[in-house]
Amino acid sequence: MDFLQQFCQQTLNGLSLGSIYALLALGYTMVYGIIKLINFAHGDILMVGAFVSYFVLKQWGITPVTLMLSFLPAMLFCLTLGVTMEKLCYKPLRNQPRINSLITAIGVSFLLENGARVLPMIGPNPRVFPTLPVVNYNWFGLVSISQVQILVFVVAIFLMLVLNYIVSFTKIGKAMRAVSFDKGASALMGINVDRVISFTFVLGSSLAAAAGILFASAYPQIEPYMGIMPGMKAFIAAVLGGIGSIPGAVLGGLILGVAETLTKGFLSSQLSDAIAFGLLILILVVKPSGLLGKPMGEKV
Amino acid sequence: MLKVENLDVYYGNIHALHEVSFEVKEGEIVTLIGANGAGKTTTLHAISGLIPIAAGSVRFLEQDLTAALPHQIVQLGLAHVPEGRRIFANLTVKENLEMGAFTRKDPKGIKDDYQMVFTRFPRLKERLKQVAGTLSGGEQQMLAIARTLMSRPKLVLMDEPSMGLAPLLVKEIFEIIKEINATGATILLVEQNAQLALSIANRAYVLETGRVVLQGDAKELANSEEVRKAYLGG
Ligand SMILES: Nc1ncnc2c1ncn2[C@@H]1O[C@H](COP(=O)(O)OP(=O)(O)OP(=O)(O)O)[C@@H](O)[C@H]1O
Ligand SMILES: [Mg+2]
Repeated sequence: MDFLQQFCQQTLNGLSLGSIYALLALGYTMVYGIIKLINFAHGDILMVGAFVSYFVLKQWGITPVTLMLSFLPAMLFCLTLGVTMEKLCYKPLRNQPRINSLITAIGVSFLLENGARVLPMIGPNPRVFPTLPVVNYNWFGLVSISQVQILVFVVAIFLMLVLNYIVSFTKIGKAMRAVSFDKGASALMGINVDRVISFTFVLGSSLAAAAGILFASAYPQIEPYMGIMPGMKAFIAAVLGGIGSIPGAVLGGLILGVAETLTKGFLSSQLSDAIAFGLLILILVVKPSGLLGKPMGEKV
Repeated sequence: MLKVENLDVYYGNIHALHEVSFEVKEGEIVTLIGANGAGKTTTLHAISGLIPIAAGSVRFLEQDLTAALPHQIVQLGLAHVPEGRRIFANLTVKENLEMGAFTRKDPKGIKDDYQMVFTRFPRLKERLKQVAGTLSGGEQQMLAIARTLMSRPKLVLMDEPSMGLAPLLVKEIFEIIKEINATGATILLVEQNAQLALSIANRAYVLETGRVVLQGDAKELANSEEVRKAYLGG
């Protein structure tokens, strides 16, 4: 493979991985935008989503149709989990110093990971996520794209378009932006702020569940700690793009994905995580508000 | 219409309001005046449910608001133009107005109210698609008022609508307040500019360090020695 071919291939792989980061980063950024909380348990929702789909596919068998259908229960389960988490763990702490909910988020993350480890139906050992037989399509002899990557792009783009529609054009989406800007003023408009916050968790957790299925399809080994690394990367992506900014999360995710695969392809696979964290440090030094973040922050 | 009785409010240990009582009758403009830190904003926040009430009661149209949540209070027809405008700077002018109509479910009525707002504030109509953060101070105040009117309120609380505006604009805003009152809404106006507030109000209450110290007819208060000395600069 010559250089150009290799470069295009790795970029494509990076965009695919980056789309998954982007889906996850959207949850971080929206929750941060609305309640200024880094929800460290967000990566673990990805794991839960993957497991729900795993159990569904065990029941139904794997076909393209069942795989697509399994998004539904996974997203429903995770959005319920996300909303419950918010109501039980974060809402009671909303008027306390921010560090309290941050520590709680870390606790919730441990709870989900270790809860999954002790559940007999999940347990600590990795399981093989059902996958479809690999099919690769060649584009102009330049790159080959697998059907998993096609799935990732189609699902990610579809969900981002839906999200964009909700946030830009629906009443609840506008209310989300209003609440992220000024909770008190939103309440004075008659907006039920608690409900809008719950809705934000609904959106973020459903996207994380979808990201989980895509991630498991691309790397078909699932276990309770599988959400940690993508969670970290997605968090970096959100900060990179400017936390609180929706386009920023997408951009950050794609950049991070491409940086990671290019490093893996051309430098070394050990370095790829170092590059990701190096990017985070660099952006925090050069532009602390992130690529698309506003200095004082327009959120959501 | 609105009856506030023996209101006590605390910020932690700070006792911000001491047994504040007053009343607003339907159709009136009532003003609450007082120096910096007297507790005017605190009073309005307590009525709107933004801060908890420690003791006393708030009644609006025969309903007890003492423990109600802000979004429920708006639905009853009590709207609030907050201090410092607090428009949604990240939303467009149109979206700000939509948020004002958030609780309503009558598309026809909402449409009529857009027309009403556009006739009253032609400048906003020209800037509908503009992000509200880019409006001038005067336009932002108009948007803050217009947004509130979109909920079709029976009573409007206004917190220092003249703040930070040039004298000419202040006059314009006060004309608008009178108009809003004339077209059926009752108004509770908080102002530091006591003279101006007293000139359009029917009745007034004077707050001092969290207590109502004077009350009465706006004209009489404007002429009283005490008020002139303390609030009208002689
Ligand atoms: N969030 C808060 N925390 C603690 N104390 C507060 C808070 N808000 C107001 N206070 C205090 O409560 C008192 C009343 O404040 P308030 O804002 O109601 O005054 P105000 O009459 O509206 O003043 P201004 O004319 O400056 O707007 C002041 O002593 C103020 O310092
Ligand atoms: Mg005030």
